Amino acid sequence: MTNKIILAGFGGQGILFLGKKLATAGMDKDLNVTWLPSYGPEQRGGTCNCSVILSDTDISSPIIGSPDTLVAFNIQSYDKFMPRITPGGRLFADSTLIDKRSDRNDIESFFVPATQMANDLGSPKLVNVIMLGFVIKHTGLFDRDYIRGVLTDSLPASKAALREANGRAFDAGYGYEG
Amino acid sequence: MIVYKRPKALSQVPMHYCPGCTHGIVHRLVAEVIDELGIEGDTIGIAPVGCAVFAYNYFECDFIEASHGRAPAVATGVKRTHPDKIVFTYQGDGDLAAIGTAETVHASARGENITIIFINNTNYGMTGGQMAPTTMPGQVTTTSPYGRQKLIQGNPIHVCEMLSTLDGVAYAERVAVNNVRNVRAAKKAIKKAFQNQIDKKGLSIVEVLSTCPTNWGMSPTDALKFVDEKMIPFYPLGVYVDRNAMGGDQDDK
Amino acid sequence: MAKVLIKGNEAVAEAAIRSGCRYYFGYPITPQTEIAEYMAKKMPTVGGLCLQAESEVAAINMVYGAAASGVRVMTSSSSPGISLKSEGVSYIVGCDLPCVILNVQRGGPGLGGIQPAQSDYYQATKALGHGDMHLFVLAPSSVQEMAQLTADAFGIADKYRMPVLILADGALGQMMEPVDFDALHFTPEPEKPWAANGHGGKRKKNIHTSLFLKPEELESNILERAKKYEQVDKNEIRYENYLCDDADIVIVSFGITARISKAAVNEARARGIKAGLLRPITLSPFPSPELLRLADTASAFLSVELNMGQMVNDVRLAVQCRRPVEFFGRTGGSLPSSEDVLEQIIKISGGLK
Repeated sequence: MTNKIILAGFGGQGILFLGKKLATAGMDKDLNVTWLPSYGPEQRGGTCNCSVILSDTDISSPIIGSPDTLVAFNIQSYDKFMPRITPGGRLFADSTLIDKRSDRNDIESFFVPATQMANDLGSPKLVNVIMLGFVIKHTGLFDRDYIRGVLTDSLPASKAALREANGRAFDAGYGYEG
Repeated sequence: MIVYKRPKALSQVPMHYCPGCTHGIVHRLVAEVIDELGIEGDTIGIAPVGCAVFAYNYFECDFIEASHGRAPAVATGVKRTHPDKIVFTYQGDGDLAAIGTAETVHASARGENITIIFINNTNYGMTGGQMAPTTMPGQVTTTSPYGRQKLIQGNPIHVCEMLSTLDGVAYAERVAVNNVRNVRAAKKAIKKAFQNQIDKKGLSIVEVLSTCPTNWGMSPTDALKFVDEKMIPFYPLGVYVDRNAMGGDQDDK
Repeated sequence: MAKVLIKGNEAVAEAAIRSGCRYYFGYPITPQTEIAEYMAKKMPTVGGLCLQAESEVAAINMVYGAAASGVRVMTSSSSPGISLKSEGVSYIVGCDLPCVILNVQRGGPGLGGIQPAQSDYYQATKALGHGDMHLFVLAPSSVQEMAQLTADAFGIADKYRMPVLILADGALGQMMEPVDFDALHFTPEPEKPWAANGHGGKRKKNIHTSLFLKPEELESNILERAKKYEQVDKNEIRYENYLCDDADIVIVSFGITARISKAAVNEARARGIKAGLLRPITLSPFPSPELLRLADTASAFLSVELNMGQMVNDVRLAVQCRRPVEFFGRTGGSLPSSEDVLEQIIKISGGLK
């Protein structure tokens, strides 16, 4: 079983962090994992993406041509990566920033107004965590409590408020019924 | 009784330098200073590419032969890994001020706690008298056969003046070895440049105006005269910076 | 300790520090800059030094000075910067000094790109510097191996008194994978009586020079070094043999492409094609004897690289023209997929009797 996930959006949306959480969660479950960021001058244009592979067999290449899961945080990423999703794959998109709807009927599409929800929670920076909850609910990549623990346990006890905010954002994404 | 004898730090081997060349004098001065400071066992010298490429054969301390111009970088590598040892480079004008300008300027800017002995004889001696960054306006060399012209070969570099603008340089002095008085002053400067390193003051450079009778096409005596009459007016002797004298140690801020 | 998720570049830096390397001289260049950043952060906490040089040229010469004075030292760069280092590398070889150099390759020539490539294979294995010389070249293919081969590199460099080059690429440098640092094994640093670190009045002076003006002296110096290379060839060849012994088609591939090729081998086997992968871990010394051995049983070889065909010529030399050696590669920063490699295997197997 191999999951090839591309997470893409703007710098500052916590994309690389989100990818690392998924990879760490996989590592702690003894899966083979790779995490590869986009690097280079395009980062200065504001876009940012990373590729995460989770597998119970050896991972050949960390580079993903066709993701089976795309998590898109902006319209540029949606336009760039949506056509590349493998048939039968899944699209997760922030509907606050992406007003397009795919006409592909060979993939499953899930939309969540993550940016709006983050603003409503008063934590605009937690858009990635909301998305994580939402993705976990619809993919079952990891057990809900397990990944929620990976997310919050990495924060020191001194940051209890942030822990709590993260937990709340995760739950909001997980509980979102679109 | 005054006994004139070979300094202990100077090896007992014949030197390859041309008759009348002042490299031998400068080598001797460096060796005398090493003896007087009692640092031979702690000293690592860095030889350049150029006439002094064989310097490692002439000194009794440990030595590393650097690639052309990179002596300050090699010295940085030694000094940073052995801060309590004494590290000096011995470089010519092509090595230090042309191909190695970046290494010279940045070792100076960083204030590497090393000593640089810089031989300025206004040409590339080893390769047969080509134009150097220190070749003076109008001076004839094999690659400036009509005399160095501003619009063609550009301007020479005044190394001490340039380096004295950098905060990391503790001490920069230009000396000459064309007469007894100047040789004595040169030794004093070289000793100070080593003492500064012992005292962890930062980078010290002594620029020595030297002769190259072979490539200048002069007798040794005329070459000494050339230093006096042509070089010193263009490259004035003196202390260009002495941060210790100017108000104490460099701070670490 | 549990595994940690870490970038290949950072894994090299951490492994170097754990190997006793306390000195790093470098210059920023994508895609390896994390090493300098990691070193800058960590070295002061272990009593070491990370110094950002004014150029790659200066950095390698700082390494030269540090190595000559007898400490474990390393530098790193990516392709264009490695070209700049080649001068200093030649001097380091000429003085028989140990150091570790990492090339996180990107596409070239010139400024090229910043995506992964293996187009510096020739430079690394044949000519990283002028003169009658070569380096020891290691080729990791995972982040764990980036760490282990870094640790090995220091031991090999000290043992043979020669520079060891770790030839990685942008993907291996930038990707994160789990690494178990506690599983690493290290070689203790030997005494270095040859170091130019001040004779202290206790020994004769040590000189490090690569200058020998008399032809007979230079020749004998090179011949001495050649004996060392012979020992290296005899003792240090490393490779992974994956399903090669009954393989009709042996893929030869190193680094990141070896992983892709391995997946293709598995897919080919699932289709009944007997494929195998010979992955050189040392590129210099090259596993020629093993390839020659496999030429007795395999029908064809396929070299898969991120360039226009460089290692393929070493494979051809190794098998001494006994079997056809094909090439497949992508270049300029593109990577093949395992399907691309599989297609090549199928093509070759179709041509086999």
